[in-house]
Amino acid sequence: MEFAETMVVVGTWVAALLTLCIYSFLYRDNPFYRFAEHLFVGISVGYFTVLTIRQGLIPFAWDPLWEAFTEKQWEGLVRLIPIGIGVLFFARLSPTHAWLIRYPIAILIGVGSGLAIPNVMQADIFRQVLGTLTPFTAIHAAELGAFEIFGVILMLIGVISTLTYFFFSVEHRGVVGGVSKIGIIFLMIGFGSAFGNTVMGRVSLLIQRVDFLLSDWLHLI
Amino acid sequence: MIEKLMNIDRRIVFILVALAVIIPSLLQVNFPITISQPTRSTYDYIEALPPGSTLMIGFNYGPSSFAELHPMARAALHHCFQKKIRVIGLTLSAEGATLGDKMLTDVAAEAGAVYGEDYVYLGFRPGTTQVLLGMGTAIDSVFEADYAETPLAEIPMMADIKNYEQIDLVLDLASGSSTEWWITYTNTRYNQQIAAGVTGVIVSQMYPYLQTKQLIGLMPGLLGAAEYENLIGRPGDGTEGMSIQSFAHLLVVGLVILGNVAFFIQRRRTE
Repeated sequence: MEFAETMVVVGTWVAALLTLCIYSFLYRDNPFYRFAEHLFVGISVGYFTVLTIRQGLIPFAWDPLWEAFTEKQWEGLVRLIPIGIGVLFFARLSPTHAWLIRYPIAILIGVGSGLAIPNVMQADIFRQVLGTLTPFTAIHAAELGAFEIFGVILMLIGVISTLTYFFFSVEHRGVVGGVSKIGIIFLMIGFGSAFGNTVMGRVSLLIQRVDFLLSDWLHLI
Repeated sequence: MIEKLMNIDRRIVFILVALAVIIPSLLQVNFPITISQPTRSTYDYIEALPPGSTLMIGFNYGPSSFAELHPMARAALHHCFQKKIRVIGLTLSAEGATLGDKMLTDVAAEAGAVYGEDYVYLGFRPGTTQVLLGMGTAIDSVFEADYAETPLAEIPMMADIKNYEQIDLVLDLASGSSTEWWITYTNTRYNQQIAAGVTGVIVSQMYPYLQTKQLIGLMPGLLGAAEYENLIGRPGDGTEGMSIQSFAHLLVVGLVILGNVAFFIQRRRTE
């Protein structure tokens, strides 16, 4: 058996045994499960660190600075500004200089909010309101069938009643109480749909692992 | 009897679920797959693209979502290479970097696609917002080189691809919030067409974007993978998995009904 083939067999056995270690938690917590869990966490952190250095730090910080000094491409020195701001995060390690961390955090929050707020408002508020109301123009233009009209009206009722449920400035009594109860029904349908999809997702993971164990490891299928 | 049912050991449920998956796996059962409209919309959009178009695919998932999204990626890539659509692969998740690389390399080898001419893999860059917005100006301002560290300027396929204007569709395969990021920053700001394939856990959050056409198509979990495989005529892991899935779903539905019946009987007795 060649080296590459041997490594595939070893890899399959390692993956199979670690899969069994993880599933052993279903019986109860045990050292095999904890070994596999800690191994996964350790490898994930190591992998993420190396990848972030290789794909982030080196091309965006190290290479431009290196070229600035070795090839006299002085415009690369501008990277010292973001690098300097980033380094301030480590000020946390020194109690006397910990206050300096406020500056990178302030910049991060400021830039992040500035970029996110207009786009999120547009994507998640304006477009969704438009999406709820636009079908009524199609109803007005007699472009929709009876079932589609029913769907459009149902969606509007769902949006209004669910928003009413989350409107806490008025006591949920009378008409408001009734509408918010309808909102609860829509919320329950939403949670049911999410639960069903979650079951599908989790079972998919089990199917893939069972397929791996029966096929690649045990060669039963 | 009812008390016993209400206090059933959870490990018995685990064994039942395991059996509901293992037995159909061994018997190799196959059920027909019906195609849902959101998956068909994704397929139709890619099918309508002329040869030479460009699709950007995001492998934004890790090993924990591999089972649902890998079959989807395989089916969509086969469709693209079959249609001579150029593919740019990338990831916004560090975990997805090697998974995306392997998937693209494997499918390209099966389809006879050539690296640098038919497809490119850019890999991972940290800083999601900056990456998505930066590519709107110039892809090479974010990815100066591909995953193998070849400068983009030296890759023939990238000669005429500068930013989103040359990308016909972004297909985001996601297990987290990446589809929302693509919509927020890329669709909203650059009017980029986006389709998504997501895990079952987050699919419910994606339907509002489908209704507003912020997503042109949506593949829901393993079902989406099975549907897409059937649309391109290449049944694979998704189709096989969905047949087994049906048994597990029947068991879960049965257990939910049984649990509710037992609960109501017990409550009536208590009253």
